[in-house]
Amino acid sequence: MASEVEKKAVFDIDSAKEVVQELRASFVAGKTKDYEWRRTQLKAMLKMMDENEPQIVAALRDDLSKPELESSIYEIAMLKNSCKLALKKMKHWMMPEKAKTSLATFPSSAEIVSEPLGVVLVISAWNYPFLLSLDPVIGAIAAGNAIVLKPSEISPATASLLAKLVANYMDSSCIKVVEGAVPETTALLEQKWDKIMYTGNGRIARIVMAAAAKHLTPVVLELGGKCPVIVDSGINLQVATRRIIAGKWGCNNGQACISPDYIITTKDYAVELVDSFKCELELFYGKNPLESKDLSRVVNSNHFARLLKLLDEDKVSSKIVYGGERDKSNLKIAPTVLLDVPQDSLIMNEEIFGPLLPIITIDKVEDSFDLITSGTKPLAAYMFTNNKKLKEKFVEKVSAGGLVINDTTVHLAEPTLPFGGVGDSGMGAYHGKFSFDTFSHKKAVLYRSFAGDAPLRYPPYTNGKLRLLKALLGGSILGIIRALMGWSKA
Amino acid sequence: MLSSMEKSIAELRETFKNGGTKSISWRKSQLKALLQLINQNEDSIFKALDQDLGKSPVESYRDEVGVLKKSVTYTLSCLEKWVAPKKAEVPLLFFPAKAEVMPQPLGVVLIFSSWNFPFTLALDPLIGAISAGNTVLLKPSDLAPACMSFLVETIPKYLDNKAVKVLAGGADIGERLLQLKWDKIFFTGSPRVGRLVMAAAAKHLTPVTLELGGKSPAIVDTLSTTPSKAKVTAKRIVGGKWGPCTGQACIAIDYVLVEEKLASTLIELLKKTIKRFYGENIKSLKNISRIVNKHQFQRLVNLLKDPNVADSIVYGGSVDEEKLVIEPTILLDPPLDSEIMSEEIFGPLLPIITLKNIEESIDFINSKSNPLVIYAFTEDDTFKKRILSETSSGTVTFNDSMVQFLCDSLPFGGVGQSGFGRYHGKYSFDTFSHEKSIMHRGFYPEIEPRYPPWTDFKLLFLKLAYQFDYFGLILLLLGFKRS
Repeated sequence: MASEVEKKAVFDIDSAKEVVQELRASFVAGKTKDYEWRRTQLKAMLKMMDENEPQIVAALRDDLSKPELESSIYEIAMLKNSCKLALKKMKHWMMPEKAKTSLATFPSSAEIVSEPLGVVLVISAWNYPFLLSLDPVIGAIAAGNAIVLKPSEISPATASLLAKLVANYMDSSCIKVVEGAVPETTALLEQKWDKIMYTGNGRIARIVMAAAAKHLTPVVLELGGKCPVIVDSGINLQVATRRIIAGKWGCNNGQACISPDYIITTKDYAVELVDSFKCELELFYGKNPLESKDLSRVVNSNHFARLLKLLDEDKVSSKIVYGGERDKSNLKIAPTVLLDVPQDSLIMNEEIFGPLLPIITIDKVEDSFDLITSGTKPLAAYMFTNNKKLKEKFVEKVSAGGLVINDTTVHLAEPTLPFGGVGDSGMGAYHGKFSFDTFSHKKAVLYRSFAGDAPLRYPPYTNGKLRLLKALLGGSILGIIRALMGWSKA
Repeated sequence: MLSSMEKSIAELRETFKNGGTKSISWRKSQLKALLQLINQNEDSIFKALDQDLGKSPVESYRDEVGVLKKSVTYTLSCLEKWVAPKKAEVPLLFFPAKAEVMPQPLGVVLIFSSWNFPFTLALDPLIGAISAGNTVLLKPSDLAPACMSFLVETIPKYLDNKAVKVLAGGADIGERLLQLKWDKIFFTGSPRVGRLVMAAAAKHLTPVTLELGGKSPAIVDTLSTTPSKAKVTAKRIVGGKWGPCTGQACIAIDYVLVEEKLASTLIELLKKTIKRFYGENIKSLKNISRIVNKHQFQRLVNLLKDPNVADSIVYGGSVDEEKLVIEPTILLDPPLDSEIMSEEIFGPLLPIITLKNIEESIDFINSKSNPLVIYAFTEDDTFKKRILSETSSGTVTFNDSMVQFLCDSLPFGGVGQSGFGRYHGKYSFDTFSHEKSIMHRGFYPEIEPRYPPWTDFKLLFLKLAYQFDYFGLILLLLGFKRS
């Protein structure tokens, strides 16, 4: 049952305040802390997906022309897995963790207790609007919080569907969807949250963090960056090419935060690589990729114009070796590969987030590491090589949210790996237990008894006490005995 | 033209970029040098702490020198383990694959420390930052000037100047530092300044750890157990209030909650203990720090100016402006809307709030913002469970005060207005690291259905694959499942 607030014509600061107040009351009443409540919500989410798959696929097609397979697998199936994992492991995650105690606090026992943070705000993105909205919500529910979800207005069909489905299937007194654009988001950001999770770009992330700072609200920022792919020679080129294509155009047509953004390879290998791309791209998408049903479109005319600006820049347009075709009325740009674009071009200085793949060439593969580290830290970095030493160097030198060797994007599906950025690609992580942890406060608890109250803690302070303290903090049993016996020097 | 500050930071960045802080041997050598610094300068450290805060050597050792030595030693013994990548499980579907999480330094970090524990709060985060392989700029608080000078002069003599720098100065220097880009900022201080730090960090998307404060309460429910337990309770309360820097500590007991009928028993025990520890009156006061400066002194005196508050004083209340001393003071039920009950006291004034029933302490604590620590003296297991599940704080300590600070395996940090992020032990290492995920894949076998063109078969295959329904997959491949 949606409250009156969402039906109001304008969602303003007062509306936002009311929403937070309502959720805080629910949280304080203990509704969301209850294990059974968390279970029912997660089960309801599974049911929601099971009963509405065609509608979800349709909304994603409306918003992004996303192929059914991508919607079914990369949004719905992944989300179902995330939900099932939380259902299976939640009890275990909720259990306190024992902590070791040392001689300094003997006798004592210690543990770390997970507790929900309270009322959290999840702001999601438009490219995987279903997954990036509900995956964080799964973590927030599992950790026992009340939640407001603000889906992106750039994927409006999915946003509306989410609002409808969440209201119908989940507990509206604790989980709400607020639709809207800048004014609504601003109203929400004025409020005091116990945590904010934002997925999107760096510019808005700065606004989110600045708003959070006013209330000392901790944040998780899942951003992006230019995810590089280093391609060495001496590999199975066909497999490598296909995996890059799957990670680039197979992921929402390059509009994904972990899509390969650009490739670095040696001057010697570049021609072979380009040929391999031409061959595989045609196999995947046919001779007329603009007609292919297996590619998402560019999300809207703003982004379409942005991408054309990158492509049509003088020093870049001459570097197209494959593709370049565009269909403005359908917002489609064909898979495009470029070779040797200049480092100072626009396309090499912003996250592409689209179906354009520049290839940069260098003399030796080792040179690629410095090239990558000279830029800001990306969300992911990939390398195709069979050379053990190069693998080691890659892992050691390249700082990114996550690395994959000999594949692209698959680490996203691995819930035992924390998924998040570093530096400009973000802060904090989630997936699997990391989602639970990110929406929890890990409370330290120390149990002491009344036995063994050492007078040396208390004044009057004497040299003898000082000696004993030194020994005790130094952890040496012998030292303690000696101090007690008065044998050690001060 | 770069200022000297910008040049210093550029040097830190250069050192990090060239890998100067990466090796375990470098990190260990720095930690060992820090240990040497502390061991060889103990007397100077005691002197500086006495000068700035009137701390006695035992208090200084217990709360600063000893804590740091323990922290360095523990870090040195665990460093190799912490630096090693951790394996992560990979499901069969991805075979052959290897997954791991590898900690990496963040880069150039800025540490702001506070004046009340000028060594611990500067060097303990420094230990974490170095152990994680970062370069560091340390900005100690100028409100403890002797300690700040000591750090500025002595650190360069022991640690690698290209990687660890100390900058003296006040709020203006702090502001200028915040304009620059850091890979992490670690701040210990007040919520007001915490907001400014985070707002500045937001401009560069710099992650922050904020160790703030709050009103840390002590719930007292052990006065009617046995006389000896009651005595120990009183000692631990006194030790937890006036022991650390005369109450000027984020984890000091701010106020006490006790049942009405036991209030006078508690007050008598506290009075006796105070006299034994610190002397009979303000003239004979010993074994206790003083107030850090005139500003803080005036702030605390002002808390007592309210006549309703002054009326509630049951012990102490005398002040010595010249020596910046306020004697241990106990108040009984000051008005709940007075400043002393709404602001973090951070000084030697202890309000005792009485309740009809000790269980009411939970609602009382929840009416205020989340404190850094809740102390609860009780042997009632049900009550302990209620406190744990119905209140929120950085830490909860049962039947003692302060000692949780010594426990390296417990995360030390706040929640809500008391801050976010944590450190101590491995948590210090983690707070200055990025946990990088790494996945290694092989070229074979290839899963064709990953690639377009899409067909119904591929869709079904992937659905089964994502459910890890290996049996279903086999049936599909053998032709026994229809699309």
